[in-house]
Amino acid sequence: MDNKEQLISLLSAFICHASSHLPDDVLKRLGEMREIEKEGFAATIYEAMFENMKLADELKRPSCQDTGVLQFFVKAGTKFPYLDDLADVLREATIKATKEAPLRHNAVEVFEEKNTGNNVGHRIPWIDWEIVPGSSDVEIYLYMAGGGCSLPGFSKVLMPLEGYEGIIKAVFDQMTSYGVNACPPCLVGIGIAGSAEVAAKLSKKALLRPVGSHNPNPRAKMMEEEIENGLNKIGLGPGGLGGKLSVMGVNIEQAARHPATLAVGMNTACWAHRRAGIKISSDLSYDLFTHKGVTL
Amino acid sequence: MSTYELTMPVSDSDIKKLKIGDVIFLNGTIVTGRDDCHHRVVKQGKEFPVDIKGKAIFHAGPIMKKNDDGTYTVVSVGPTTSMRMESCEAEFLKETGVKIIIGKGGMGPKTTKGCVDSCAVHTIFPGGCAVIAAKEVEKVSGVEWLDLGMPEAAWIMEAKKFGPLIVSIDSYGNNLIDENKKTFNERKAPVVSDISAKLDFLE
Repeated sequence: MDNKEQLISLLSAFICHASSHLPDDVLKRLGEMREIEKEGFAATIYEAMFENMKLADELKRPSCQDTGVLQFFVKAGTKFPYLDDLADVLREATIKATKEAPLRHNAVEVFEEKNTGNNVGHRIPWIDWEIVPGSSDVEIYLYMAGGGCSLPGFSKVLMPLEGYEGIIKAVFDQMTSYGVNACPPCLVGIGIAGSAEVAAKLSKKALLRPVGSHNPNPRAKMMEEEIENGLNKIGLGPGGLGGKLSVMGVNIEQAARHPATLAVGMNTACWAHRRAGIKISSDLSYDLFTHKGVTL
Repeated sequence: MSTYELTMPVSDSDIKKLKIGDVIFLNGTIVTGRDDCHHRVVKQGKEFPVDIKGKAIFHAGPIMKKNDDGTYTVVSVGPTTSMRMESCEAEFLKETGVKIIIGKGGMGPKTTKGCVDSCAVHTIFPGGCAVIAAKEVEKVSGVEWLDLGMPEAAWIMEAKKFGPLIVSIDSYGNNLIDENKKTFNERKAPVVSDISAKLDFLE
């Protein structure tokens, strides 16, 4: 097996594992929330969620039938020796994992309105690149963007006099309408920037940060905590069926804005937040840092 | 709140027993159908290729595995967001005679009225619990409209004690998620104004 094939096999195994196992931080938070949600439908739903995770592990099956459109967020070291092949490797790994997991076929070509049947399509899997100067490693985050949790996503540009309170209103309105259907408890990602696409992209990157982590900016951290506590007071509960809590957390990422615009983007990750991160070194050794102790 | 085990096809009197908040477990034929099936039946006027009168339509796009003998096994099949079908569901109920909708999240006023008019219910299977659901399917007895692709096809499944299904819209015009949403919105206003007061960062 040459190095390219080895990388394809490794990343296919990475995708398969992520499809049936939630990351450590999400599991920990769901366990904490389950201890609080002991009444009514909330208790029933949490019981089903944990039973489902157990079965997915035992039977080696994707835990949710919606294995999403695959998105990769790559931090590419400029000295990583297989950089030229990486986009091709990610596409091939997607096709391989689609057969092996197996994943649901989730790439529908726009205009043709046909499912490609292998999760690869025009610009899909989506690959987002960040350059890391001088590094010989590559860090790849996989996000399985399901339909239900993608539906609440939005981005809009506010006028600065609408203020940060305009952001709060937009987020809360979306969470009490579309958020109810997005398999709560969700992780809420918010991007704040100067234009729609930057805010939208940052809101997705916010979902790659661990549950329970905070933005280093003290005001952003305060806003994360305020929104999290505020949403929890509303008590969406698991599945929107009511409970003591609403969300796993709120992560905010920001970029400096234009003086005349205040853009907000929001994305939600469902409770089955299948996000995985792997760091691969130049000798192809790896660390699956979101799922500790796992060998692929 | 009561728990029922129902075997399909179900009758109007079975449906009339059910109130929002009840939990049901289903035996018998469940057929998947989501966006494209509703599109074909309601917007394009095509006949649904399976007789689902008195049976259940499952808003779900499963992962299926084709066996060597040409049959299929369900790997994972959980509910999808029912609200996507809101614009077409009432007509779909009328057209097909289906009695039980299975999905996740709520549906709107049009479907609520449709459930009254066609004596039907909408139920919620716990979202993201697709392996549990797959284990409750005993057999995949066929598939229609496979040209729509794996998630959109109409998969015909024989299920045993399929659930828990929480009744979210009953045949009397009650809507559980809608009631929840009213509560959520009432709680929202003071929370939003409380947080907003803390966010004037301009010096």
